[in-house]
Amino acid sequence: MGMTLTEKILSDKYGREVKQGEYILLEVDIALANDITAPIAIEEFYKTRLSKVYNPDQIVLVPDHFVPNKDIRSAMQVKMIREFAKEQGIEKFFELGTMGIEHVLLPEQGIVKSGDVVVGADSHTCTYGALGAFSTGVGSTDIAGVYIMGKAWFKVPEVIDVYVEGKFGKYVSGKDFVLKLISTLGVSGANYKAMEFRGPGIKNISMDSRFTISNMAIEAGGKTGIFPVDEITQTYEEERGIIAEQLSADDDAYYIKQIELKLGDLEPQVAIPFLPSNSKDISEIEKRRVRIDQVVIGSCTNGRMEDLRAAASILKGKKIDKNVRCIIIPGSQQVYKEAVKEGLVDIFVDANCAVSTPTCGPCLGGHMGVLADGEVAISTTNRNFVGRMGHTGSKVYLSSPVVAAASGIKGYISSPENL
Amino acid sequence: MEIKGKVFVFGNDVNTDEIIPARYLYTHNPQELAKYCMEDARPGFGKRDDIKGGIIVAGENFGCGSSREHAPISIKAAGISCVIAKSFARIFLRNCINIGLPIVEVKDTAIFKEGDIISIDFNKGIIINENTGKRLEFGSYPDFMKEIISHGGWINYAKNLIKGEKE
Repeated sequence: MGMTLTEKILSDKYGREVKQGEYILLEVDIALANDITAPIAIEEFYKTRLSKVYNPDQIVLVPDHFVPNKDIRSAMQVKMIREFAKEQGIEKFFELGTMGIEHVLLPEQGIVKSGDVVVGADSHTCTYGALGAFSTGVGSTDIAGVYIMGKAWFKVPEVIDVYVEGKFGKYVSGKDFVLKLISTLGVSGANYKAMEFRGPGIKNISMDSRFTISNMAIEAGGKTGIFPVDEITQTYEEERGIIAEQLSADDDAYYIKQIELKLGDLEPQVAIPFLPSNSKDISEIEKRRVRIDQVVIGSCTNGRMEDLRAAASILKGKKIDKNVRCIIIPGSQQVYKEAVKEGLVDIFVDANCAVSTPTCGPCLGGHMGVLADGEVAISTTNRNFVGRMGHTGSKVYLSSPVVAAASGIKGYISSPENL
Repeated sequence: MEIKGKVFVFGNDVNTDEIIPARYLYTHNPQELAKYCMEDARPGFGKRDDIKGGIIVAGENFGCGSSREHAPISIKAAGISCVIAKSFARIFLRNCINIGLPIVEVKDTAIFKEGDIISIDFNKGIIINENTGKRLEFGSYPDFMKEIISHGGWINYAKNLIKGEKE
């Protein structure tokens, strides 16, 4: 029996062949935490009375959720992280001005690489599967464990094979693919399992779309969502001075389940409240003429250059409907700079959008775009749970950047086709 | 270990935003988080006196969504003694094992009604509904998790391990 990508990566790091279902204690390459989850990890570490962390180079700290600090108590949490980083000699602490939304920042800066094993106290840590890394969300105590001994525990997961054919049509991208996949699997369809993407269609999925797809593996309960390392990955890594070896699953690997998706059959998707698995074709949603109050374009799911370019292609020369607020959030300082350089920020400001510094803010109803009772948003973020973006009486629809932008112009959820 | 307490019933796919909404994540203090436990699933739940020692019973995929450990911390600090569900989301489950919040996975939760008094025998793997006399069996944790639990959580496990390596 051959090996899945997951088994290959974990076996390589563990030093012997590991099998699905096995529990292992494994040294990780990176342990990530943010301004919400790091304080618990740091406090747990201090309780042990150890003076030094196991290895400061494993540790990445990115205050991004309530940053720029939204209130005094959030500022206190970031202060605690900053002081911990200084005291422990942790160089990968990203201060405002150098930071980005963690899952945009880490691949972009070459901190996470193909073949790495990564844990993060943030559920969307699965994003780095796009690079062919084994990366998964854990809790703060798991991160404290890495601070203490450099290791975390894993159950080697069973794998769902997602076999991809064809090419995306116009206005269709990674977000539509992953929303369709989640609706096929259900919100717990991949619980405890990894997803691996395979097939002739993979070469037609850009790096940024791969990040979007892997990012939302958790919305089907997935432990991670891994792409093979191919020429597209190698080019991305090369730009960061990283040499990545090609890596794919064996042809005779064992999968618990198989799903086939044809990229060419996909229509833009919209996930209606209150689960990310509730996705429908845009043609169906458009008929309902769902009025919106707010558009959010950004987040760890869709805050990269491909996303901003897609939004700008729709918004160019247009104005956001007068009853709608549109917030656009580049995912990192570098994305921000590129967006300025390419003239995208001009397009957004001319269209009456507010452009913000990188933050997770509105996605989790933290700040920078919290919804009032009865308000409706269309957002390129990843969750549409009850009260996710603010008041429990508000609603969030999830979509790609082009659908969000087109909806902002029309004032109701709309396809970019009919502008 | 045995636990006895009053049942509080919740539905399927209860996510961590409902268990502890992000608007309270400016703190990681357990006592403060306890006040907002289950706030967006059942407003005011965390502030009730009668939940102390109680048992949450839920459907599929309890604790899905964000990785925030604040969710099991708030439940534990609110005095809930155990969570029973048909299934748990992966990160929530490992957080519970790591911090020592007892959880039980069962196939069927229909025998539990709001307000029932139930007792859970972890050694025998049996839940008894004291109101109806109905019994339900459940499987034990995998050995690796038992090991973590027997150490009193992941931090103690890690401390022990590095102590062992030094000796």
